[in-house]
Amino acid sequence: MKTTLPHPRAGVLLALLALAAAVAFPLLAASQQDTAIGVDTLIFVAAAVAWNIFSGYSGYISLGHAVFFGSGAYAAGIAARDWHINGGAEFALLLLGAAVGAVIAVPFGLIALRVRRHTFVVVTIAIFFIFQLMAFNLSFTGGTTGLPAPFLLWSPVTFNDRFYYVALVIAAGTIALSWLIRRSRFGLQLRAIRDDEDRAAGLGVRTLRVKLTAFVISGAITGMVGALWFFFVGEVLPQTGFDPIFDLTVALMAFLGGLATVAGPVLGALILEPGQQLLTQQITSNYLSQILLGGVFLVVILLLPRGLIPTASEKIRSRRASRRDRDVSPAARGDLPPGSPAGGPPADRAAGRPA
Amino acid sequence: MTALLRTEGVAKAFGGVQALADCTIEVEQGSITGLIGPNGSGKTTLFNVITGYERLDSGDVYMDGGKITNVPPQRVFALGVGRTFQLTRIFPRLTVMENMLVAAQHTGQPAGTRSGFRNPLARSGGSADRRRALELLEFTGIADHAGALAGTLSYGQRKLLELSYVLVADPAVVLLDEPAGGVNPSLITHISARIRELNEAGKTFLIVEHNMDFVMGLCHRVTVLDYGTVVAAGTPEVIKTDPRVLDAYLGIEEDADE
Repeated sequence: MKTTLPHPRAGVLLALLALAAAVAFPLLAASQQDTAIGVDTLIFVAAAVAWNIFSGYSGYISLGHAVFFGSGAYAAGIAARDWHINGGAEFALLLLGAAVGAVIAVPFGLIALRVRRHTFVVVTIAIFFIFQLMAFNLSFTGGTTGLPAPFLLWSPVTFNDRFYYVALVIAAGTIALSWLIRRSRFGLQLRAIRDDEDRAAGLGVRTLRVKLTAFVISGAITGMVGALWFFFVGEVLPQTGFDPIFDLTVALMAFLGGLATVAGPVLGALILEPGQQLLTQQITSNYLSQILLGGVFLVVILLLPRGLIPTASEKIRSRRASRRDRDVSPAARGDLPPGSPAGGPPADRAAGRPA
Repeated sequence: MTALLRTEGVAKAFGGVQALADCTIEVEQGSITGLIGPNGSGKTTLFNVITGYERLDSGDVYMDGGKITNVPPQRVFALGVGRTFQLTRIFPRLTVMENMLVAAQHTGQPAGTRSGFRNPLARSGGSADRRRALELLEFTGIADHAGALAGTLSYGQRKLLELSYVLVADPAVVLLDEPAGGVNPSLITHISARIRELNEAGKTFLIVEHNMDFVMGLCHRVTVLDYGTVVAAGTPEVIKTDPRVLDAYLGIEEDADE
């Protein structure tokens, strides 16, 4: 298995350190505003990792994940309103958000996954706009006024902290799932589809089933995250629940950190979301921060098409390789006494081996 | 000897071009069968039709007595028909070992049966799968590259990788599309020796190839296609002297090759 880090145990250590830092963050944060940025960031960590589980691993770039995000938010809002759910019990609706995301992903996937590459991207955008229009126009969505979230009787002092830890659990769980999938048979099949879908089919991979499963998992998590975001922000409108900027943001996060890696989307979200939030605090103009976001997208695609983590790990590997070549003399290389046949089982076939 | 794989009156047209017309071939169990013919005679189309990459217009394909007409590629593979492609197709951003493991999912599990629940998140490639993959890579001679990204392999090494991963799932019959195409003579000898060794262990092959020395030296039987239909079939000795074959194929090709 190819690891993106130079040493496998270094990855575990780094993950534990990051988790410890994330757990400690609200205790160290100076203000409720900082914790709010923390919650937003964790929401995007989970969303970007979920996006990567499908789009990164399979190579099918979705610009329609806001469908799941918005549907999760609306499902939670409608259920809370119609079933009169209040207070902490609303968090049970996170599971409803996940279920709605999963259920929508099935027909969405069955339509969109029949086409590939650019056509797939366009189909996801089209389906996204259908959902935004439905949010504006259907009778049960509240139309342009949207839906309010149930009121929480939490003390303002701990309000953000509680959300923070719920978001942390979801984000950490999503990262763990992404890691499990990447090293699994299922993840290998997804990455094989990314490289050559028809060839994968010819080796027995049930391509549509594998793609659809990843799409459903990704959609379910995004739906759950959408519901959490809705409770945290307190309301959902058609243009905030179904926001095209959401699609671009999660894709950009994964691209920046590194597509199809476990840590890439996490890193991308940790850089971009706080960056954007701090920027919005500094500059009051919303347009300017969006223009900047677009600028970052261009820079990443042009200069770092493979993302930070693959680029960095390749640098480390090639530096190590060149150091090893310098240090090891040819005689010491195989731990063989001079004159013995160059080792290993394939040696008897060395003559026929290609150059 | 019985036919392991056979087509019966297969026809396939692309628009106005009749790529295959009433094409009937047989691949005997345990044989190496060659499939030759001029460019555009329908060899690769026949491969695509057999392995489910193209739907045929009429006729039937049988594998081991069962009909596999227009069965999708993943099912055809599960039923024991593996293939390689003329333009070698590997997974460039997976390691060589991962390439091998993609095909390993059918091992130890006969097609059509379910041996209980399989944990979908179990790590890809159990130790048995990895051991078998490594054995095959050693057999073909690219085991040293097991950890490298497949995209970094040379063209010849990719050919060997494609042959290796098709073998991982232990298909009953292997279809090779130009295994000797575009590789150097010593590698051709190497590939030819590997195929013979596998065949002696019981593996059946159907091989499309333009290199006549390769085909005539390796195959037990040769089938000749022209304009999508079989014009001759027999042992290499018979085919070499068949006037229809010389006319359709060898006569023209000899000038080009020599």
